[in-house]
Amino acid sequence: MRHTVAVTAAILLLLPALFVQAQGTPPPSPLTLIAREGRRAVPTVMVSGQELIALDEVATIFQVTVAEDAPTGGVTVTYRNRTIVLSSTQPIASAGGRVVTLPAPVTRSGRRLMVPVEFLSRALGPIYDRRIELRRASRLLMVGDVTVPRVGGRIDVVGPPTRATIEISPTVPSTVTVDVGRIIVRIEADALDPAFPPGASGLIDQIRTGDQPNTVAVILDGAAGMPRTTTATADGVTRITIEVPAAGAAPAETTTTAPPPTPPTTSDPPPVIARRQFSLVAIDAGHGGDDIGVRTADGLQEKEITLDVARRLRQRLETRLGVRVIMTREDDRTLSLDERAAIANNNKADVFLSLHVNGALGPGMAGAEIYVLSLDDDGETVRRRSAAEAVALPAVNGGKRIVEVVPWNLAQAAHIDQSVSLATMLEEELRRRVPMSPRAVQRAGMRVLTAANMPAAIVEMAYLTNGDQASKARGDDFRNGVADALYEAVARFRVFADAKLPQ
Amino acid sequence: MTLRRILPAAVGVALLALLAWGVTSLLERLASRAPETPNAPAAAAPSETPHISATLFYATPEGDALLPARREVPFADGLVAQGRQILTTQFEAPPEPYVSAIPAGTTLRAFYVTAKGDAFVDVSGIAATHPGGSLTELLTVQAIVNAVIANLPAVQRVQILVDGKEVDTIAGHVDIRRPLVRDMSLIRAKETAAQ
Repeated sequence: MRHTVAVTAAILLLLPALFVQAQGTPPPSPLTLIAREGRRAVPTVMVSGQELIALDEVATIFQVTVAEDAPTGGVTVTYRNRTIVLSSTQPIASAGGRVVTLPAPVTRSGRRLMVPVEFLSRALGPIYDRRIELRRASRLLMVGDVTVPRVGGRIDVVGPPTRATIEISPTVPSTVTVDVGRIIVRIEADALDPAFPPGASGLIDQIRTGDQPNTVAVILDGAAGMPRTTTATADGVTRITIEVPAAGAAPAETTTTAPPPTPPTTSDPPPVIARRQFSLVAIDAGHGGDDIGVRTADGLQEKEITLDVARRLRQRLETRLGVRVIMTREDDRTLSLDERAAIANNNKADVFLSLHVNGALGPGMAGAEIYVLSLDDDGETVRRRSAAEAVALPAVNGGKRIVEVVPWNLAQAAHIDQSVSLATMLEEELRRRVPMSPRAVQRAGMRVLTAANMPAAIVEMAYLTNGDQASKARGDDFRNGVADALYEAVARFRVFADAKLPQ
Repeated sequence: MTLRRILPAAVGVALLALLAWGVTSLLERLASRAPETPNAPAAAAPSETPHISATLFYATPEGDALLPARREVPFADGLVAQGRQILTTQFEAPPEPYVSAIPAGTTLRAFYVTAKGDAFVDVSGIAATHPGGSLTELLTVQAIVNAVIANLPAVQRVQILVDGKEVDTIAGHVDIRRPLVRDMSLIRAKETAAQ
C-alpha cells in the first residue's frame, strides 16, 4: 500500500515535467517579426535545445496553407502555387524544387506540427515574395524591405579620455545629440540590431539601447567632462567616435564629416560597374603536408582539424546557401601562403576564410579568435589611395569599366572595412556555439590575408594547448558547431555584401 | 628529594652550554670579517664587466601577453655590438616566473643597422622548434622587435631574417617580409626588474 502511494506520488510529480518536455519551454527572449506593417512577437518553444515554431502560426503570419500527407507522414506548405515539402523523418525540405537542410525534421506536438525556426529563412524564404531574414542571435525575423542596421559599440581606450566607437552597418542617416550626462544617437531605421559591451569602462558607464525607439544611449560617468563626437562614413559603415575627457578638461566640439565631394561631371558616359552578386566562398584549410601546425602530445594535428572543418563548412555552404565553394586544398598537401591567396583571387572569390587552430605557451588559454589584417603605413597608404588609383578603361558598350590598381602583396588593404564587418559576424555566430577567447577579434599583420583581394579573416577555432579544448576538438559536436557558426556568418555576410552592390 | 637535586644541576649545565655557544659564534664572526681597505673595489659588483639595464620582453606563464622586464645586459661599445648583447640575453632562458616567447635553440647569426635606422635581426633555429599558433607567433615576433626598439633609440624598424634570408613567416602566420615597427598591442602591465 505504502509503495503504491509512493509510485503514484512520483508519477504525479513527473507528469508536469513530461508535459513541459512534450510542449517545450519558452525561449529566453521572444522572436520579434519586423516588417513595414509593424512588428509583433512570434511565439516559439524550445525543445531539446532546438527552437521550434508551429506551422499553424506560420500559416497565420505568412498566409500559407499547410497540408499533412498521412500515409507518408510528410507535410506540404503552399504559398501562391509554390510548395515546400517537409519530411517527418529527415531534417530536409524541398523548397520550390531545391533541397535545403534544417536542424530537425517536422515533428508533432499534440495537435500541432512544429518546425525549426530556420524553416522560415531557409525553406519559406526562397519561395516567398518578400525577403525573410532570421537573425537568431538578436532575436529578429525581418520580412520584406525593412531597414534594420546592426549597431555595435565598443570601448577603444579606457582613458581618460575614454574613447568609444559606435558602428552602424549598413549606413543609414543618424544624428548625435550630446545631453547632460549622456549622448543620444538617433538612427533612421525600422529597428536596430544592437550588440553593446556590458558594464562600465573608464568615463562611460554604459552603452545601451535608448529609451526612445531606434536610439542608442551612451551614459557618461559623473566625473566625465564635455564629450566630443565625430561621425564618419566609409565603405558602407558609419562610425561615431566618442571621446570623453575628465571633468575640467577643455570642452570639445561635435563634428560630422562632410560627404566626399561629388566629382565634376564630364561629357564622358558614366562608368559601368558590373553588378555581381555574392556567389563564391574561398575556404583555406590552414597548414597541410609538411606544415603540421600546432600538435598535441598524443598526435592531434592542426592541419587535420582545419581540413575536416573546411569540408564540413563547404557541405553546408553548397547545400544550404547554394553558393559555390573553392578550397585551397582538399587533401594533405603543402601550400605556400601566396598560393592560398592566389587560388581565392584567381577564382574571384567573394570572401576568404582561413581556418586554423591556435596554440599558446601555457595550458590555460582557451577560446576561438578571429584575426583581421592590420595595416602598416604602406598598407594605409594603399587603402587611402585605392579609390584614387582606380583606372577607367573603355568597355564594350561604349562606357567605361573601373579597374582598381592595387599592389599584389597589399591587395587586402582595400577590403579592410568589409573584413572587419565579416569578423564581427563571425564572432557573433561563433560565440553562440563555442567558447570565445577574451580577445575574440584581433588585428595583426597576418601573412595569408595580405594578398587576399576580397573580405578575409582568419578563424582560430580553439587552443590545442588546452587539454579540455583539445579533447573537444576531436569530436563531431565541436567541429559541427564551428562549421555551423561559420556558415551562418557567411550567410549573413552575403546579405550584407549584396546590399552594398550598386543597383 | 632526588628531583630537587637534579633540576638545579640540569639548569646549570644548560646555561653553561648556551654561554659556550654564544662565545664561539662571536669569535667565528670576528675571525671571518674582511680587513677594511679604503681602496678596495665595490663589493657589490658581481663581475668586472660593466652592464647596462635593458628592457626585455617575456611571455606570461599562460602565454597570453608579453611582460616587459628590466635585466642586466653586458655593456658593449657601439650600437651594433650593444644590440647583439641585448638580443643574446633576450634569447636566453628568462628568470622565474617569465616564459620565453622565443623557442629554445634560437641563436643570433647577425645583427646590423642601416643608415635609415632599420635593424636586421638574423636568427637561426627559430622555425624548427616553434610551437605554432597565431598568438604565440605574434609574441615571438613582438618580443624580438620590441627588445631592439625599446633599448636602441636609433632603431625605428626591425626586420627579422631567418638563416640570412627574408622569409614570409616564422610558423605560418605573421608577416615578417618587411621591417616592423614597435608594437605594444600584446604588452601587459608595467615593467619590473628581473634578476
